Amino acid sequence: MSAPLLETRGLGKNFGALVAARDINFRLEPGARHALIGPNGAGKTTFINLLTGVLLPTQGQVLFKQRDITALQQAARVKQGIARTFQINRLFRGLSVLENVYIAVAERLGVAGAMVKPAGMRNDVVEEAMRLLDVLKLSDNAGHRIAELPYGRQRLVELAIALGLEPEVLLLDEPAAGVPSAESHIILDAVAALPKHIGVLIIDHDMDLVFRFAERITVLVGGAIFAEGTPKEIGADPRVRDVYLGQAQHG
Amino acid sequence: MSAPGLSEHPAARAMVARHRLRAWEPLPWILAFGFYFAFPNHLGFGTDLLIMILFALSLDLALGYAGIVTLGHAAFFGAGAYAVGLLAHHGVWNEPITGLVIGAAVAGLIGLISGLTLLRTTGLTLLMLTLCTMALLEEAANMGEKYTGGFDGLPNLPIPPLFGLFEFNPLYPRVQYLYVLGVLFVCFLFVRMLVYSPFGQSLTGIRENVLRMHAVGAPVNWRLITCYTISAAIAGVAGALWVQTNTYVNLTSLGLDRAATVLIILVLGGYGRLYGAFVGAVVYMALSHFLAKVYPTAWQLGLGLLLMLIALFARNGVLGLWDRLMGRLLSRRAPP
Repeated sequence: MSAPLLETRGLGKNFGALVAARDINFRLEPGARHALIGPNGAGKTTFINLLTGVLLPTQGQVLFKQRDITALQQAARVKQGIARTFQINRLFRGLSVLENVYIAVAERLGVAGAMVKPAGMRNDVVEEAMRLLDVLKLSDNAGHRIAELPYGRQRLVELAIALGLEPEVLLLDEPAAGVPSAESHIILDAVAALPKHIGVLIIDHDMDLVFRFAERITVLVGGAIFAEGTPKEIGADPRVRDVYLGQAQHG
Repeated sequence: MSAPGLSEHPAARAMVARHRLRAWEPLPWILAFGFYFAFPNHLGFGTDLLIMILFALSLDLALGYAGIVTLGHAAFFGAGAYAVGLLAHHGVWNEPITGLVIGAAVAGLIGLISGLTLLRTTGLTLLMLTLCTMALLEEAANMGEKYTGGFDGLPNLPIPPLFGLFEFNPLYPRVQYLYVLGVLFVCFLFVRMLVYSPFGQSLTGIRENVLRMHAVGAPVNWRLITCYTISAAIAGVAGALWVQTNTYVNLTSLGLDRAATVLIILVLGGYGRLYGAFVGAVVYMALSHFLAKVYPTAWQLGLGLLLMLIALFARNGVLGLWDRLMGRLLSRRAPP
């Protein structure tokens, strides 16, 4: 077994008496297509927040390439190569699509603090941002402000910003949430076309998406890992069916 | 492997060209220069106006671009003012140009030190802390009567001629006007360079969505501190100019009145757009000048009404209103 890209050991988080994450031992392999599922309130987003440094854990460790990053702040983890998208869009709404991606690319290239040369004269940044938009079929919208875009397109900008960071680990928090089903295929295609070397962890409620995309699935219930396996194993696990998959059929 | 054509995309071309000088941009400077010849008897008013523009420009960098909500920006205007005033009064240093540098350094330092703590907060807390910083400085200037002249301030400061050649004549402030105009121009070019740089772009990112800025790995706090320090330094230059051209310093340079006025000016003109400071200062100063003459007892009422109208119907100030009008005209003219 190869060394994991991202790993947690005994990770736990309490909010007062509420246990949001409990003894999570999790591994994300290089190039993985991993899904995290679980009923509402299972602690999926909390787990992502612990991985990205938005929250600090109460117990346990987070390791990236076998180095302890538990104490690193969010921005430092991004610099190491961990990027995420948000369940609810967090974009620069007043800026153009191109400027949104520009900010991410400039930050990664380390030129975002430069004060003298105009931003537009950083051709490398502009070109790379445009290339990303082209890959995600967003270049027609490059000049539009975020606020002018339909929600589905905005979700793609979320993805473009994350990809602009050239991550090794990409955490996608419900990338297709809130997108009309007629448009969701654009997101799904984009997710399917992500570079192979990136380790991807996706949270989603859409079981079609999860089973199509994932090579491995972790089921989170009540803040703890409930089951983990291949889609086939998870699909066949009667306990998982009970707590999660079966609910709709029973109802 | 850059795909050809992408850099020719209109959005990419707009991004590449957005910092270029637009055709109308020399206009404010031509007007300011024309004012010198057209109104030789109002150059004192003109000088004060230019200083307010510079002060509002400094606030625009912090408030309009980085979204730092402050109600205490006069702290830095006052810091620059008192730095120059104290040194001149006590016979330590009074050369004008270096005085500006000293004013900028002192105000910038106070911006840096206060920014280190208060920029960790946002919203109402930040607003109150900026107000407190200013109140502390004001009270210090008030209590340090022995050095600062307390409530009365320091009158009749000896300011030597500019470059040793051009005398500041209090009755005919021609030199003052051109001096302030020159300094404003240099500071404006500096601010303009900043806001179109990647640094300026990241400030707008912080303003638009600070959580996302953390998530793209930006050192948000340092960017804000840097911005706040630069903004404070420019406000300090404005304060230093105010003292040099008026040859006195007093508590009005540091008070809530001034802080509120500059905020009103920026909101009036439109924030986060460089020229809002110009339009806002002209509208505010011209209007208060005019109203004070016509209704000496109730002139502030007129300003209050105007502000209410702006707040209700033109959230982005006079320039925002202008944009909307032009947008409507253009879309009507465009073929369906």
